[in-house]
Amino acid sequence: MGPGMRALLLRDLRLAVRSGGGFGLGLAFFLILSVLVPLGVGADGVVLGRIAPGILWVGALLACLLSLDRIFALDHEDGSLDLLAISPVPLEGVVAVKALAHWLVTGLPLTLMAPGLGVLLNLGPSAYGWLVVSLLLGTPTLSLVGAFGAALTVGVRRGGLLLSLLVLPLYIPTLIFGAEVVRRGAEGMALATPLALLAAISLGAAALLPFASAAALRVNLR
Amino acid sequence: MSIWKYANPKRFIEATTRVLPWLVALTALALAVGLVWGFFFTPDDFRQGSTVKIIYLHVPAAMMAINAWIMMLATSLIWIVRRHHVSALAAKAAAPIGLAFTLVALATGALWGQPMWGTWWAWDPRLTSFLILALFYLGYITLWSAVEDPDTAADLTAILCLVGSVFALLSRYAVNLWNQGLHQEASLSLDAEKNVADVFWLPLLVCIAGFVLLFVTLVLVRTQTEIRARRLQALLARERVA
Repeated sequence: MGPGMRALLLRDLRLAVRSGGGFGLGLAFFLILSVLVPLGVGADGVVLGRIAPGILWVGALLACLLSLDRIFALDHEDGSLDLLAISPVPLEGVVAVKALAHWLVTGLPLTLMAPGLGVLLNLGPSAYGWLVVSLLLGTPTLSLVGAFGAALTVGVRRGGLLLSLLVLPLYIPTLIFGAEVVRRGAEGMALATPLALLAAISLGAAALLPFASAAALRVNLR
Repeated sequence: MSIWKYANPKRFIEATTRVLPWLVALTALALAVGLVWGFFFTPDDFRQGSTVKIIYLHVPAAMMAINAWIMMLATSLIWIVRRHHVSALAAKAAAPIGLAFTLVALATGALWGQPMWGTWWAWDPRLTSFLILALFYLGYITLWSAVEDPDTAADLTAILCLVGSVFALLSRYAVNLWNQGLHQEASLSLDAEKNVADVFWLPLLVCIAGFVLLFVTLVLVRTQTEIRARRLQALLARERVA
């Protein structure tokens, strides 16, 4: 990572954690969801344990969705995106760094928080490790795909709903494989297949999606 | 003589206007023959009774729902590589038709599933895939209508179509791993031994041909409309300047 990309990463991290950055929003949402689900579904431990993998993955996914429109929208509004586009750092690198920054302030804390919420949802003891592993491998895709959706909709005013509509179908494979890993982990089944596919999607997305996102940004900055 | 000369909107409209009446007649003929043959002149299935006749709407609609997306993928690629506006507009024109076919497949599937499987909806892999496909169409159509500048919209939707195709394929495999389904194995393949019996198969072929023709006709008409709408906007813009 060159000095330009490092500076951009630090800038995005600082902007996200300072006041008004919306850093805690996704985490708060994840916490609220995990508290509300048992209240709505009932305290039956068996039922909660069975739905816990899916609830945790859906919660992490939706929490991620909340902050997607911040990836490019603010920079687009105040013109810094234009400066980034003419900077020596290639736009693909800008997208990758911004997705990384988004992951560091949403995906990573969500992953670290998830086992604690698993306790609330009576997750099976053998699933905690797989929950952390699957979220670690899967949430980068959520940020990368989110950056792609944000790049597509950066020129659309109030594009939040459109962004969710575009991104949700792209999240489906990650959600299915991620929740499947945790479910199989809880039941002690073989889980190499969904785990490998989850990692494959993340690696493929990391390798290819920044190019698509950068192409979309260039079109929007024309 | 190459196909690219029809990338010129004027030539495209001229050529398609000449072809369209024949296409409409052929579509009407194929659909009339296929549907009447299928509905009235095939025997009832020994287990499913007359509900089996939904197949003549369900299967062709489902095939065209996927083929419409593949056509959009091809025309989007042509737009990205060769920048022919007609190609981008054809992709735009095909999307609502593809969505309609998807919804028809889902609706007829629900009507068929209710008496056969005892449920309107199950999270069967193919049902789920089609629901996801409908979401992809919805997102694509919404993105077209949300972006004002037509060239920007064409570029962005083309990128979305490319990326979406990869993820749609991934979803298909993900959904297969996630749940075993109620649908039977492929039963219309050319080489398989366990196929639908010939009495059902022949009228079904005619129906599929009718749906393909219907799709082509609708895409051509809608592409013409898009071209004319674009022209109208250009004229209006010119008048405002003058």
